[in-house]
This record gives sequence, structure tokens and C-alpha cells, in this order.
Amino acid sequence: MDASLVDWSRAQFALTAFYHWLFVPLTLGLSFIIAFMESIYVKTGKEEWKRITKFWMTLFGVNFAIGVATGIILEFEFGTNWSNYSWFVGDIFGAPLAVEGIMAFFMESTFIAVMFFGWNKVSKKFHLASTWLTAIGANLSALWILVANAWMQYPAGMKFNPETARSEMANFWEVLFSPVAINKFLHTVTSAYVLSAVFVIGVSAWFLLRKRHAVIAKRSIVVAAVFGLVMSLFLVLTGDGSARLMAHHQPMKFAAMENLYEGQSKAPLVAFGILKSENEEHKKEDFIAKIEIPNFLSYMAFLDANAYVPGIKDLVHGNPEHGIIPVSEKIEKGKLAIAALKDFKAAQKENNVARADSARVVLDENFKYFGYGYLENVHETIPPIGITFYSFRVMVGLGMWFVILFILSLIFVLYKKPENKRWFLYLAVLSIPLAYLASEFGWMVAEFGRQPWVIQDLMPTSAAVSRLATASVQTTFILFAITFTVLLIADIKIITKQIKLGPKEGGNN
Amino acid sequence: MTINHNKMSFVRKIFNFYYEGFRSMTVGRTLWLIIFIKLFIMFAIFRLFFFQDFLGSRFTSESEKSNYVIEQLTTKPK
Repeated sequence: MDASLVDWSRAQFALTAFYHWLFVPLTLGLSFIIAFMESIYVKTGKEEWKRITKFWMTLFGVNFAIGVATGIILEFEFGTNWSNYSWFVGDIFGAPLAVEGIMAFFMESTFIAVMFFGWNKVSKKFHLASTWLTAIGANLSALWILVANAWMQYPAGMKFNPETARSEMANFWEVLFSPVAINKFLHTVTSAYVLSAVFVIGVSAWFLLRKRHAVIAKRSIVVAAVFGLVMSLFLVLTGDGSARLMAHHQPMKFAAMENLYEGQSKAPLVAFGILKSENEEHKKEDFIAKIEIPNFLSYMAFLDANAYVPGIKDLVHGNPEHGIIPVSEKIEKGKLAIAALKDFKAAQKENNVARADSARVVLDENFKYFGYGYLENVHETIPPIGITFYSFRVMVGLGMWFVILFILSLIFVLYKKPENKRWFLYLAVLSIPLAYLASEFGWMVAEFGRQPWVIQDLMPTSAAVSRLATASVQTTFILFAITFTVLLIADIKIITKQIKLGPKEGGNN
Repeated sequence: MTINHNKMSFVRKIFNFYYEGFRSMTVGRTLWLIIFIKLFIMFAIFRLFFFQDFLGSRFTSESEKSNYVIEQLTTKPK
């Protein structure tokens, strides 16, 4: 397979997902913040809260409208650029995406319409219910996408059918409620809630800097800071769960994220580190400088401060003492599985039942390592270390800053005059792009870290791509880059215009 | 007759709800324009000219598709 085709296909998908994810988190989180604000309005009956709700609802509407359907491009790409993958995953991937499509359609055409058009036309309670249902619907929509993504990282509840070369759903509930799916959903949506809380605080801080709409800004800060702080706690908990699941199901991603080359008991967590340039043998001393927390990595991975955490070398070359088989052995098993699939199809063509049965037995025995059969070098199993390592630390570091931001926001708004803390207000505004960066870095940890796999252990990216001309993928890459950049500029321009206009008496429909 | 009348009145209410909602929009009009342009670019340009279904455009039956993918999957390893 042409390496440049694989890399361009990867780059194209990454670009599309990157841009799509710029729009999604604000929709997921702001919808709940608006629902809380409207609940306060319905409870207190104060018109001020209605104005606040309508203002944030306008920004939600702009972001939603610009972002809606940007994910459809990803589905186009599955059929065009990733045809082997799309066929191989079959209904497992198709079913959650179909549910998402139907759910999104009904939600968007009903509840959002009531939310925007229903003021003064439906009762307060019915309107509030629609706002909550919009928020719940948007988040449930995300659930199905994340279930599909989680399945790629942890393919549960499936059975491979060699007659069709498709994975069939053996157990829907195993797919939906796999621990990786649940944790991925919760971690992703809570990160979106934190981003949205930072957005609301940042915009409100801008109003305070400009000495406009002070009451609305302060009230918005209180709702967002409480929401953000509570969600940050959930984010830490689900992040902790992600690390543990990764250590069990994707140990190479875990080792890469920590730049842990040689496995060790009582493994420390590198809180801060600067890497040396990578080399093929990946030695442990590949740090220029680092600050460690003793035993923390062992505890994080296995809830045991003395536990052994396998490093990249263990995972590549094997470690019999800890029951880790080398990649070379997995490659052999993978090649056996692929050869058995070929043999099975040939035997079927010849109507040779006995040969087909025996090929099937070999395939089933080795299917767990099917994807390894496409690898030519054991080092291909190592994901890009630098990106994974740094992305994780930037994400966590910024997450910690946001917790401080939420606490400071509450203290200043409730006990001091935030208008006089201009340094804090500037920091709050600056935190808006930082929240987007943290969100994208989180995505990079998950997706770069799982390379070379498109489906963990079963299909590497190189086997998943369609045999297209590289030039056609390059063309669509450029087209997407232009289209999405234009959309992003439109989004930022309309949102900033609406922010500058501020909350109007009649709302900003 | 009464049921039909009620149904018509319900449908009209829904229609008026959306119609008046769209008419009273200010920011929303720009957004709808962006949505329509975006959907046009995606479906009438991208989908039609750049994103044809790779397997669907080459094969007609499911078995042809599966044979092609199996061939792809089993001839890749060197």
C-alpha cells in the first residue's frame, strides 16, 4: 500500500474530525447551561433571567447552525476513503450512526424549533421542557458517535463472519455498555461541559472589561462556574477511568502517553517532561528533563502503587514474566489468520467443506491478532510518542487551570468586585481558545495514541484505506481545509457580532 | 368530520408556528442561508463529484463487494 495514500487519508480524516470537533463541544455544554438558566427563570419569574437565557441561546444557535452536518463529511469519507474498513465493521458501526442520524433529525426539527420559536407561544414549562430535551437529545446524539468510536478502540460484542468479511453484532448491549464506550462518552461530554463553562465565563468577562451588562455577566459567571466546577470533578473521575481502561485494553497507547520505554513496578508518573528526539530502540533515558510523582503511574493504571506497568519494550519484544507475548509472535498469528481467511474463501469456492471448516478453526483461533498480520515491522505498533505524550500533558495542565478559573470566578463574583480584577478578566477571555486547545489535545491523545490501529488489534490503518489515487485525496483535503476554514471564520464572525450586540430586550433570534 | 377538522387545525397550528418563527428571525436568516449553502456544497458538490461510494460505484451485489474486500484483505501482507 502506498504510504503517502495512507498518510493523506489519515490527514484528511484528522482535518475533518478536528474541525467538526471545534463546533460540537459548545453545542453539548451550552445547551445544558441554557437549560439551567431557563430553569432559574421559570422558578423565579425574573425577566432578567429570560434575557440571559435568550442571549446564550442565540450564541448556541449560531454555533449549532454553523456546525450542524459537518460530521456528515466524515460519513462520506468512510464510504469513499475507508471502504475496506467500512465493509469490515459492517452493522456495528452502521447501527449507532443510523440511530444518531434519526435522533438528531427528530430532535433538531422539533425541540430546537420550540426552543427558538416557542417563546410566548407555548407555556413556560413546555418551553423549558423543550430546552432540556434539546440538551439531552444533543448529548444522546453524541453517545452513539462515541459508542462507535469506542468500539474501534475496544471491539466488544462482535463476531467476524468470514463468508462476508464483515463483523456482525453478537450483543448490542455489549457494544453500547462496554466500559470503554461508557467512559469515553462521559469523559468526552464532561470535557465539552467544561469548555462551554469556560466560554460563558470568558464572554462574560469581556462584558465586564467593557463595563457592559454587568449584572447579566455576573449571573452568567455564577451559573457557568458552578456547572464547570462540578463537571471538572466528573472530568477528573472519568479521566482516571480512561487511564485505567487504557492500561488494560490499549497498553501501548498508555506506555506511549507516559513515554515509558521499560516497564517497571512502582512506576512513577511524569508530571512534566521534555523528550529527547525519538529513536527506534526507544530507551528509557529519552528525557532531557522530568518531574515525577513516585508510584503514581502504577496506582493510576492498576489501583496498586506497587503494580508492574509494562513499557514499550515489554510490549514490543515481550515479557514472559508478566505474560506479555512479543509483537513478532502476534504478527505470525495474524498472518495465519489472514491466510486462513483466504483459504476459507478458496475452499468455499471449490465446495470443499472439510477444508473450509479447518481454515475456519485456524481463523477463529488467531482472529484476535488478525490486524498484526499486516505489519511488517514490530516497531509499527508504536504510536507517535511525542504527540501523544505532550498532548496528554497540555490537556491535563489546561484542565487544572480551568478548575482554578472556576474557583476564582466564584470567589470574585460572590465576594469581591470582579470589575476591579482586570488581570483575571483578561485571563478568563484568554481561556476561551485554551479550552478549545485542551479539547482538541484530548482528541489527539485518543486518536494518535491508538495508531497504527483503526480497529484495535484487528485492522491497521494501512489495511483500511480504499485504493484511490493519492492526488484525489490531496484534492479533497484542500477542499475541506478551505470549506471548514470559511465556516469557522463565519462562526467566529457571527458569534463575535452577537456578543458585541449583547443581550437585547426581545432576544436575538 | 370533527376529527378531520381537528387534525387540519393541528397541522395548520404547526405550520403557522414554524412559518411565523422563520419570519420573525433576524440572525436566523443568515444562519439558514449558511446552512443551505453548506448543505449544497456537501451534497451537490462533494458527494456528487468527490465522494462516491467506493464499493457501491464498482460493484452491484453484496457478494461482489465482499469478494473484493476479502481479496484486498488477504493479498496485502507481504
